Amino acid sequence: MAFPCSSFLRSFGSALPAQRVDNEALAARTGRDAALIASQTGILERRYAPEGLFVADLGLEAANDCLSRAGITAQDLGLILFSSGSAERAFPGPASALAARLGLTATPAIDLPIASAGSLVGIALAADLAVRYGNILVVASEIMSRRISDADPDTAILFGDGAGACLVSRDSGFARIVDSALYTDGNSADTLYLPSGGTLQMNGLGVIMHASRKLPRAIGDLLAKHSIPPADVEVYLMHQANANLLRKVATTLKVPEDRFFSNIERYGNTSSASLLIAAAEWWNAGTTPIAGPIILSAFGAGFNWGAILAEPTRP
Amino acid sequence: MSKQAGILKVIHAVSELPNDPGPDESLFDSGALDSFTLPDLVSGLEQEFSVTIPDSDLVPERFDTITKIEAYLDKRAG
Repeated sequence: MAFPCSSFLRSFGSALPAQRVDNEALAARTGRDAALIASQTGILERRYAPEGLFVADLGLEAANDCLSRAGITAQDLGLILFSSGSAERAFPGPASALAARLGLTATPAIDLPIASAGSLVGIALAADLAVRYGNILVVASEIMSRRISDADPDTAILFGDGAGACLVSRDSGFARIVDSALYTDGNSADTLYLPSGGTLQMNGLGVIMHASRKLPRAIGDLLAKHSIPPADVEVYLMHQANANLLRKVATTLKVPEDRFFSNIERYGNTSSASLLIAAAEWWNAGTTPIAGPIILSAFGAGFNWGAILAEPTRP
Repeated sequence: MSKQAGILKVIHAVSELPNDPGPDESLFDSGALDSFTLPDLVSGLEQEFSVTIPDSDLVPERFDTITKIEAYLDKRAG
């Protein structure tokens, strides 16, 4: 089969603020029971960025981690794609600030203000753009703690801060990006949104209803296109929205839950950063060769969602 | 089996509700449904009543009470 993509996942990186906020702290702020927060979300703690730290700062830490692990410098980059739904300014977004802090003065740097699915979209675009731009750094950084309100406990208990990065290369990497599928349905845009100057507005029931159906469908269709049974996938790297949602997707695909890498118990939902933080933790901890296909998938505001299929280059 | 009985069957299959909720009792407020059982309810209704519920109809309010679910299923059937 002729595959539409010919680029590689080369490295991942991440950055997490030091401050840990556990469920007892959230319970004191919101009135929600700490044990219920854990059972309903799978989240035990999340990280909050300190005052004075900005989205681009956190992204810079993840970018440097990713570049260091790849053994290249910022000067080797042909393009930066920066995903954030929580950036401090409407424009310019954090992409240009990151490029400047990396010492780049002419490398194109493009913002993807897509929120939770932004890093997935970034990697999918990078896979197709790598043939032109070479090394593409996809960064996702979110400071969600400044976009929530304790007056809305349903939302406040979920989110944390963090950043992740992924280097997509035209020439080499640990996994070849085989194909991707992206989707948008704007009919439910009011189900999850961040108004200018406001706090996150989310109808959790509506989001889960759509995510629990659209995610397995996107993954299943992509795998079927390449004649890969879901059970043959080595690891599912997902946007870490909710532990129960991950279980539901696994159940629908008839795949053991442990194929779905999860770190949501430690970081909560870090929006678009969560996929890359999860990928970085999985990849950096890898002690055995990757033997089977890899799926990356995310769902978020818009709604935007999709999946990426990669296969190891050294099985 | 009546339509309401079929709906109750699905509700009990996806939740641990000890009693039958009233026809106009909020399934969300009563705890019968939450963000994790709601998708299962939709799948269960599709199977029980041999209907396809399109993504465009995935609005929680449609499934808040047995009466609303019945009205929705009638509309799909009609």
